[in-house]
Amino acid sequence: MPVEISSFDYSLVGQNSKLAEEKGLASAAWYSSPISRKRLKELMQRRDGPAIRDTLIWFMLLGLSGFLGYYYWGTWWCVPAFFVYGVLYGSASDSRWHECGHRTAFKTVWMNDAIYEMASFMVLRESTSWRWSHTRHHTDTIIVGRDPEIAVPRPPDLVGIAMAFFSLKSGPKEFRRVFLHCRGRLTDEEATYVPESERPRVYCIARIWALIYLVVIALAIYTRSILPLMFIGLPSFYGAWLLVVFGLTQHAGLAENVLDHRLNCRTVYMNPVFRFVYWNMNYHLEHHMFPMVPYHNLPALHAELKADLPKPYNGLWETYREIIPTLWKQTKDPTYFVQRHLPPGAKPLPS
Amino acid sequence: MENELKDGWVDACGAGDIEPEDVLRFDHGEQTFALYRSTDNKYYATDGLCTHEQVHLADGFVMDHIIECPKHNGRFDYTTGKAQGAPVCVNLKTYPVKVEGGRVWVKIG
Repeated sequence: MPVEISSFDYSLVGQNSKLAEEKGLASAAWYSSPISRKRLKELMQRRDGPAIRDTLIWFMLLGLSGFLGYYYWGTWWCVPAFFVYGVLYGSASDSRWHECGHRTAFKTVWMNDAIYEMASFMVLRESTSWRWSHTRHHTDTIIVGRDPEIAVPRPPDLVGIAMAFFSLKSGPKEFRRVFLHCRGRLTDEEATYVPESERPRVYCIARIWALIYLVVIALAIYTRSILPLMFIGLPSFYGAWLLVVFGLTQHAGLAENVLDHRLNCRTVYMNPVFRFVYWNMNYHLEHHMFPMVPYHNLPALHAELKADLPKPYNGLWETYREIIPTLWKQTKDPTYFVQRHLPPGAKPLPS
Repeated sequence: MENELKDGWVDACGAGDIEPEDVLRFDHGEQTFALYRSTDNKYYATDGLCTHEQVHLADGFVMDHIIECPKHNGRFDYTTGKAQGAPVCVNLKTYPVKVEGGRVWVKIG
C-alpha cells in the first residue's frame, strides 16, 4: 500500500522530502521480478549496431524533412515537412536523451555521450543537471518530496498539462535555468542533487547553449526570417507534443510513495513507428526495474518478466481511456489513483 | 561458519564460482565485497557497494574491465576502482587478490 505523506507538496526542499526519509522511502530497496543472472546478463549485453542504425535513420529523416521544409518554405507544403521535422527534433530527441543518458544505447561510451549532448539540446534539458535529476528519479521513482521528475503532481494542473504539449511552461522555465546557469548559479532544488564537482560543467554547457541560440537568433534577424529558428529552437516547442503523449503514459495517475515499480509504472504496447520514435521506452516498467538493459532488449526482457507484472496496456487509446478520467477525478480527489493488479501466479506485493 | 582471516587474507570463494566477465558478492562480517573475474581469468576485488547510492555492485553488469551499477549505470574500472564519470564521482576501494589451490583469497585485513 502507498505510504501516506501529509500533503501534496512536491518540492525537494519542502516538508515531504524529510518525511520521505523518515518513512524509509528515500534511497530504499525496490522490488525486482525474478530472473536468472544468466538471462539478465544476456539481456544487459551492449552493442553499437542497433543504435548506430537507428541514429543514422533518425539523422536521415531529420535531414530529409528539414530539406523539404527549406525547399517548400513559403508554401503550404512546408507545413507537413516541418511537422515531421518537429516530431523528430522535439519528440524523438527525448528518448535519445533518455537512453544515452543511461549510457545503454551504444556500447561505446563517447557515442552515448555525443548523442546525449545533442539530444539534450534538442529536447531542452540541460545535460548535466538533468542527468542528476534523472538519477534521482530512478532512485526515488514517484516518491513525493524526492523525485524531481513527477510529471503530473496532484491535484493535476490540467491547463499546465495542455501547455506542456508545446513546452509552453517547461521551455521558458528551462531557458530561465540556462540563464541562471550562465551566471554560475543553480536553483535551490538543483543544489540538492547536483554535486559540487559537476557544477562547473553545468555552467559551461549553459554558456555553449546560449552561444548557439544567439547565433541562430542573429541569423534570423540578419535574414529577416524565422526560418533559421524553424530548424533550431522552435522545434523544441512545436515538435514536443508526441513526447508528452508518450511520456504521460509512464506514470500519470498511478500510485505515489510505493517501492514497487509494478504499481507506479506502465508498459504500453505500441506499433513499430512509435517504438522507433520512443526507442522502446513504452516498456517503461521493465526499464525502471532493470535500467541496465538496453532499449533494443526491452521487448525480450518484457517477455521474461510478464508473468510477474500487471497486464500491459494495449496501445495509447486504452492507456488514455484510463489516464484522462483518472486525472479529471484527481482534480477533485487528489488521493485517488489507479491501483494496478497483478496476474495469478505473480509474486505478491511486498508488505 | 565465517571464513578465517589468515594474515589479513580471507578465503572468499572457489575460482570457478565466478563466471568469466562477471561479478560475485562476498560478505565477511559487516563488510561486503564484489569479486570479479576478467575475460583473461584474472581476479579482482572491490568494496561491494556503489559509492553513489550504496547499491550492491554484485547485481551490476560487467563489460571488459568495467562494473556498471544496476541502479544508475554508474561505472567503475574494477581493476583500479576508478570512477568513470557521473553519477559516480568517488572511487571504489580495491583489495589485493590471489588464487591458491583453486580458491580466491582477498586481503581485507
